[in-house]
Amino acid sequence: MLDFLYQPWPWYVAGPVIGLTVPALLLLGGKMFGVSANLQHACAACNFGNVEFFNYDWKSVGKWNFTFLFGSVLGGFLGGYVFANPEPIQLAASTITDLQALGIQDFSGLVPDDLFAWNALGSVTGLIVLIVGGFLVGFGARYAGGCTSGHAISGLSDLQLASLLAVIGFFIGGLIMTYFIYPFILS
Amino acid sequence: MKFTEYIKYLLIGLVFGFVLIKSEVVSWFRIQEMFRFDSIHMYGIIGLAIIVGIISVQIIKRKNLKDAEGNPITIPPKDASQVTRYILGGSIFGLGWALLGACPGPMFALLGSGLTIMVIPILAALLGTYTYGILRPRLPH
Repeated sequence: MLDFLYQPWPWYVAGPVIGLTVPALLLLGGKMFGVSANLQHACAACNFGNVEFFNYDWKSVGKWNFTFLFGSVLGGFLGGYVFANPEPIQLAASTITDLQALGIQDFSGLVPDDLFAWNALGSVTGLIVLIVGGFLVGFGARYAGGCTSGHAISGLSDLQLASLLAVIGFFIGGLIMTYFIYPFILS
Repeated sequence: MKFTEYIKYLLIGLVFGFVLIKSEVVSWFRIQEMFRFDSIHMYGIIGLAIIVGIISVQIIKRKNLKDAEGNPITIPPKDASQVTRYILGGSIFGLGWALLGACPGPMFALLGSGLTIMVIPILAALLGTYTYGILRPRLPH
């Protein structure tokens, strides 16, 4: 009966639930869904060097979102630790073949152990994935004014042209990385 | 804001983080699969999320619904004339999304799942955000 807590959810169940985050935040708090704003608020809370971009009252605009983010961490704990799915992901066979050719060996968890472990920091590949990857996500999200949640979900839900442009950008960058850069990083 | 007012955000976030894991959206493998167009999985999730979002936002706007505190719900429009910012900034984000295999929400959900190494990309993302804040006056928008 509690199987659905352990098993992966099909895309046609998960998609609508993620979409409901938008009306839930609007109706319960009048808030616009967007995760990367938290990174900005965190910078505003510290603001070393008094950077103008981070000079605002982060508490009044950001407290609800920090709470939401903390909830996401707890949700990740419940979904990925307490009710973790013991089975490997049912990936497309062609993706597995491609990744094996690039040297990925571990397909047992949500992320490859080759890249997402503390000892990965000892390899150039690991450093690039974890540090350069994270940096580009943070820099790009703020430059574009939002990330996957703020643009692809919230912005497109409100039919905003700006968000469509940003999502096109996400795919330009993502495809360039996947097809032209990643093969060099992994080899 | 009182403590009780926070609980709703905590619960919505909790459901969000839970679904991110259960849908495997947090998976580096799923992002690789998406950018290789090998499965409908990610497109189905993002597509249906947007459809549900569009329908609900339309209902909220057309019925002029108010939020739980009785305030009118306003959604600020984004300035689509800043094409450079969205395409260039978006592309930089996309490079990072494919490289790390996680966007901001999944970074934190994965951290919660016990993957402590995610602290490193989160700190790097904060550094990236901070760097943008410093360079912002000199970047084309």
